Amino acid sequence: MDSVFFDSYIWPALLVTLHSLAIILALLVSLAFFMLADRKIWAAAQLRKGPTVVGPFGLLQSFADIAKYLFKEIIIPTTANKPVFLLAPFVTMFLALSAWAVIPVNEGWAVADINVGILYIFAISSLGVYGVIMGGWASNSKYPFLGALRSAAQMVSYEVSIGLVIITVLLCVGSLNLTDIVLAQKTVWFAVPLFPMFVVFFISALAETNRPPFDLPEAESELVSGFMTEYSSTPYVVFMIGELANIVLMCAMMTILFLGGWLPPVDLAPFNWVPGPVWFIVKMGFMFFMFAMMKVIVPRYRYDQLMRLGWKVFLPLSLFYVVLVAGFLQYFDMAS
Amino acid sequence: MTLTSLAFYLFATVSVASAFMVIASRNPVYSVLFLILTFFNSAGLFVLLGAEFLALILVVVYVGAVAVLFLFVVMMLDIDFAELNEGFLQYMPIGATVGLILLLELLLVFGASSTLVDKGQLPSATPDGMTNAQALGRVLYTDYIFLFQTAGAILLVAMIGAIVLTLVKSNNPKRQDIAKQNARTRDGAVELVDIEPGEGL
Repeated sequence: MDSVFFDSYIWPALLVTLHSLAIILALLVSLAFFMLADRKIWAAAQLRKGPTVVGPFGLLQSFADIAKYLFKEIIIPTTANKPVFLLAPFVTMFLALSAWAVIPVNEGWAVADINVGILYIFAISSLGVYGVIMGGWASNSKYPFLGALRSAAQMVSYEVSIGLVIITVLLCVGSLNLTDIVLAQKTVWFAVPLFPMFVVFFISALAETNRPPFDLPEAESELVSGFMTEYSSTPYVVFMIGELANIVLMCAMMTILFLGGWLPPVDLAPFNWVPGPVWFIVKMGFMFFMFAMMKVIVPRYRYDQLMRLGWKVFLPLSLFYVVLVAGFLQYFDMAS
Repeated sequence: MTLTSLAFYLFATVSVASAFMVIASRNPVYSVLFLILTFFNSAGLFVLLGAEFLALILVVVYVGAVAVLFLFVVMMLDIDFAELNEGFLQYMPIGATVGLILLLELLLVFGASSTLVDKGQLPSATPDGMTNAQALGRVLYTDYIFLFQTAGAILLVAMIGAIVLTLVKSNNPKRQDIAKQNARTRDGAVELVDIEPGEGL
């Protein structure tokens, strides 16, 4: 009785917990370096050096920043709605981290290799807007509120085109499982035949994660810092980590959907010696570099331009592509 | 098996409790947040039934889009709570009647299903070894394609109707012509005016 109970409940639960903890720990540590990379790339493009003081080449700068934020006093505005105000950053971070449960860094490495993996990520990433709306509303202050309203409209709009792009990829795969999506790219990465969709997804991902040039929810020239204006100390740093985790999640999603996940570019001698996770991280790093470069080289969009791009350009384009790809697969009898 | 039923009771309890809080909480924003929690737990119940596709679609559509719009609207309302509570007694008879009718209907449905449907023949979430998504796709896009398309057309008409009803026509709408803006060149826009000193324009 005891050993059956242990084998069927306790041991699997323990295994999943350890697996999840390992992934979260690796993710959080890597986020610190992603944050540093973002600043370093930004600095290099502007002929600055970026952080150099803490640790060799400033490598430990993010840890120093996080420690500083954690030891500061938490300030909650008197008219703020306290429970929602404190809940908001944790919602953002919790959602961003929980999406990593299904990301396969290598074949069979995902914590939960579920049948509807891509749908799970899509669902989780579409919930990211709640942290922003709740934070903006609970602050009970006008700039955060305006930022939250902007963000709600923006994220809901760009989700539509992201959904259609995902459908285009799924038509080519015939499965919602993330491992199947990667394995379907053995011959050619989807970034090649579906290149326009890759571009649409990249730009929509920028808008979905409130990154420049679409960082209107926190546009400092108009809204101080948008929905995060009233946040300080630990809640602020939790918000930051959540946002960054969302960005890295989007990079991982692009790697899986378009850049062949852990697969090498060609299945030949020097390339397939490199282990899968290394390829995955290299591709993710490349996508993050693109994210960081966009921040440097593109000026911020105006709000009406952002809405026009989402609804009048991306939505028809991605819808057309869904029909085109479906027709192509059906005509050449390649549908799976 | 015990773990499944434990999870079921957890999801069911939380969803019933949060559904109660939707109508019980005084702050409408809390109501929407509790509604979201209810949706989440219902999604959990779907997962337990093996209908994971339906569960995630519930989260994507209701939590990711519909509830965002609810929250969007509710946040912008300027609500006077004292005034809100005044009308309670006035509306209670109607509300109670509607609630009672709903309860009776639910009881009837449950009573009928427990006697008519054989428990062993309950529909499976994955018929013929197909995945959820395939099974739903077959029902929606193959067996009932015309009904599905009709439903879509009706929704489209409703959407266009809502837009037409709320569209305010202005006499001088400020619209941008993007093509015109892009086609603008220096020659048409800038003019050098050479003014002699002391003469003015």
